[in-house]
Amino acid sequence: MDTSSVTAEGSACISERQNFILTTGKSKSSIHCADDSLAGSVSQRACVFCGARVVLNPVTDAAHLVHGPIGCATYTWDIRGSLSSGSEMYRNSFSTDMKERDVVFGGEKKLATCIDEIVGKYHPPAIFVYSTCVSGMIGDDIIAVCKAASERHATDVIPVESSGFLSGNKVVGYRAAAIALMQLIKPREGETVEKTRKLNFLGEYNLGGEKWVVERYLREIGIEINVAFTGDSTVAALKQAPGACLNLVQCTGSMHWVAMSLEQEFGTSYLDVNFFGAANTAESLRKIAQFYGDPEMIRRTETLIEREQARIQPVLQKYRKKLAGKRAAIYVGGAFKAVAIIRQLKELGMEIVLTGTQTGKKEEYDNLSTLLDPGTIIIDDANPAELEKFLLEKNVDVMAGGVKERVLAYKLGIGFVDHNHDRKDGLAGFDGAVRFAREVYVTTCTPVWNQLKAAGRRV
Amino acid sequence: MLECIPETPVEHTTGKINPAKTCQPLGAMYAALGIHGCLPHSHGSQGCCAYHRMHLTRHFRDPVLASSSSFTEGASVFGGAANLKTSIKNVFAIYNPEIMAVHTTCLSETIGDDLPNIIKTADIPEGKSVIHVNTPSYHGSHITGFSGMCKAMVSYLAQSDGATKKSQMNVLPGFVNPGDMREIRRIVDALGVNMIMFPDTSNVLDTPLTSKYQMYPDGGATVAEIRDAGNSEVTLALGSFASHDAAEVLQDKCGVTGIPLKLPIGIKATDDFIMAVKDWFGVEIPASLTLERGQVVDTLIDTHFHYQGKRVAVFGDPDHVIALTEFLLAMGMIPVYVLTGTPGKAFEAEIRKMLEEAGITGSRVKAEGDLFELQQWIKEAPVDLLIGTSYGKYIARAEDVPFVRFGFPILDRAVHPLMPVVGYRGCLRLIEQISNALLERRDRDCLDEDFELVL
Ligand code: SF4
Repeated sequence: MDTSSVTAEGSACISERQNFILTTGKSKSSIHCADDSLAGSVSQRACVFCGARVVLNPVTDAAHLVHGPIGCATYTWDIRGSLSSGSEMYRNSFSTDMKERDVVFGGEKKLATCIDEIVGKYHPPAIFVYSTCVSGMIGDDIIAVCKAASERHATDVIPVESSGFLSGNKVVGYRAAAIALMQLIKPREGETVEKTRKLNFLGEYNLGGEKWVVERYLREIGIEINVAFTGDSTVAALKQAPGACLNLVQCTGSMHWVAMSLEQEFGTSYLDVNFFGAANTAESLRKIAQFYGDPEMIRRTETLIEREQARIQPVLQKYRKKLAGKRAAIYVGGAFKAVAIIRQLKELGMEIVLTGTQTGKKEEYDNLSTLLDPGTIIIDDANPAELEKFLLEKNVDVMAGGVKERVLAYKLGIGFVDHNHDRKDGLAGFDGAVRFAREVYVTTCTPVWNQLKAAGRRV
Repeated sequence: MLECIPETPVEHTTGKINPAKTCQPLGAMYAALGIHGCLPHSHGSQGCCAYHRMHLTRHFRDPVLASSSSFTEGASVFGGAANLKTSIKNVFAIYNPEIMAVHTTCLSETIGDDLPNIIKTADIPEGKSVIHVNTPSYHGSHITGFSGMCKAMVSYLAQSDGATKKSQMNVLPGFVNPGDMREIRRIVDALGVNMIMFPDTSNVLDTPLTSKYQMYPDGGATVAEIRDAGNSEVTLALGSFASHDAAEVLQDKCGVTGIPLKLPIGIKATDDFIMAVKDWFGVEIPASLTLERGQVVDTLIDTHFHYQGKRVAVFGDPDHVIALTEFLLAMGMIPVYVLTGTPGKAFEAEIRKMLEEAGITGSRVKAEGDLFELQQWIKEAPVDLLIGTSYGKYIARAEDVPFVRFGFPILDRAVHPLMPVVGYRGCLRLIEQISNALLERRDRDCLDEDFELVL
């Protein structure tokens, strides 16, 4: 039985979902994206808690305590590829493991005990306490519990209000994380943090060591990173955040609000940057050097860019030869990432035929469509049947996406590159661009696909 | 992870650190995937559903589809009945499954939605079915959820057409890989007995790559088969935690005799499984199976000196761990730490009894434990080998212990869902993995002069 082909004939996109799909150049309407997914749909969307968790989890020396039943903690246990140069505390999974009686009588006492025991065991410089559906529903006052625990232990116990039921959207969770971060870095009464010439790097999670790559470039041109939000960060370093003279913002989803808050409270201005792809990297470095306005720094930046481009362009050329004209689809978490990938794939001579995100905003989709050729399909929160329909229809060779799309792409005989927050290979900077090109090449041109063709002839 | 265990003894009385279980809905979803043409449905917010699908996908490396009631704030105030009714309508209109298997989540449980009533009054197209199970995650584990969904299959679908039973048996395989289910079928086929196995995820989560994506793959027990399970003479329920409940319900509801067995992991449990079929149906054991068993014994003798007397720590899902512990004892190993994350005193009692019979004292056995505890034990008194899910790799690294991956989930290696650990072939695989892990360690650690070609 092959029901999928039935659904793929158009009814895959039930009429209510029509407005979630757009073809560039064809329709005038704008995409519906902030809307909630339909009841009964196979959505790819995550939850508020998930959003908060991915933003905060890379704070390496904090304990991350999930106040809820066990699942929420298990599924978010060390699933990011964020690397640490020091503490590994963040890679442990702490859960209050709520039980029936906690649901009936409230989980506040248990939460307090868990905090006490974590302090007793590890004395972490901070504990993030995440609320979940259940703790939110039964009305546990995690703010009060955290406040009392903070005072009891003279340490930061920060509540993260990430009850999932508030919305199906990760973006709300990003905000909850951002609020928690602001609470953490707020200097105590009477304390101030000295301004320096260093900068903060917001929306950088050190996946596969990406923060370290950018750090090397910046060092070479004469700038130090104060702290990244939140890749390879420590609680102490985050508390120095107000001391930066500039905030770089790399991921639109989670960090603009933090940048704006930091500007309001500490007068730090911010710059949008993007270190995915050689062109983006060069552009971002130039912007930063411009901001500092130091001629020596600008000179060094140019030297660096020239040297790195000369080094990697021949390699990229080689991949370009193999990949030119191949057709790509992109389905990632946020529009920021989609834009970066579109640019890189285009640099490799590839054609983008489908793009979509789980959590894009309207302006971002508008921005996306200006980057794309007419006829490209843009889709918000796709279900697998829709993805399948378009992947086949558009004859896609390779897809960039997350875990769930990986297996779907493979089943359809389509190559796949991981560009999600749980990927393990650093894709930032000049070397990242090469690595990305190689990944695209390896999966698009693997000899294994020949076996698939051979199967038709033999067995 | 090296710093996970503080140097001074510490209190760990509440909550979990590095859990050895996950939540009920995941198990319910996995079981539902073992019905042909089934779309599992998560009655709650999207986040949970996304997590469960992702976790299953990471283990099986195959697409896992499930729909969600997509709760938002309104549902948490007014209840989720409307969401579920709309979901049922939409699911059949859009995805057109044969059957929709609904499970709850923490959220809908806390709200207290009355699923049986909602389903009863929902618009279900002619010839289609909707079944449900309550899976509050603040109770039990993913195994409890799996067991619950098996029970739901029986109580909603199984039917007895009369007093005379057909000469066929049911097998409830438990929360095992598709490769295991395939192997169970192979053994039963060799015995020449008609079998209805449910759930059956072979050909669902181990499908071949064909360039065509089937939303509902060919595998899975059909609704008609599960219905007909009520006409079978006997049910073999493999694993007390995952399967016994459903067999009991089937016995009560349709008068099908339920025989509780262990998961057929290890030589004795496999023998018991085969003997149960033989005894009930009076079939001959074919030479092919006798040969396989002989090969296992031969291999055990060829390798026993590699592992005999070694101290081993095992953790994972209860049915898996119980059966594996029995096999480890048969191999002459010493299970010093045996732990499951799933609650249930019966687990501890069963393991203790086996250890006692083997004359082993001083082992630590725990249900509803976590990996912090296990690591603490290992730190106090080390082991030669650790066997468990991928989450064991932190301990293996921190404590420098050889490690064999076994059970669910395995997130960092591939191929395992296709390779059975049940049956005699499963024995061979386990022997190979265990002795290789120990021998590789020996090759790695030994001095040049002790480095041997022939081992
Ligand atoms: S909220 Fe409950 S059902 Fe959802 S992931 Fe967490 S534990 Fe599992």
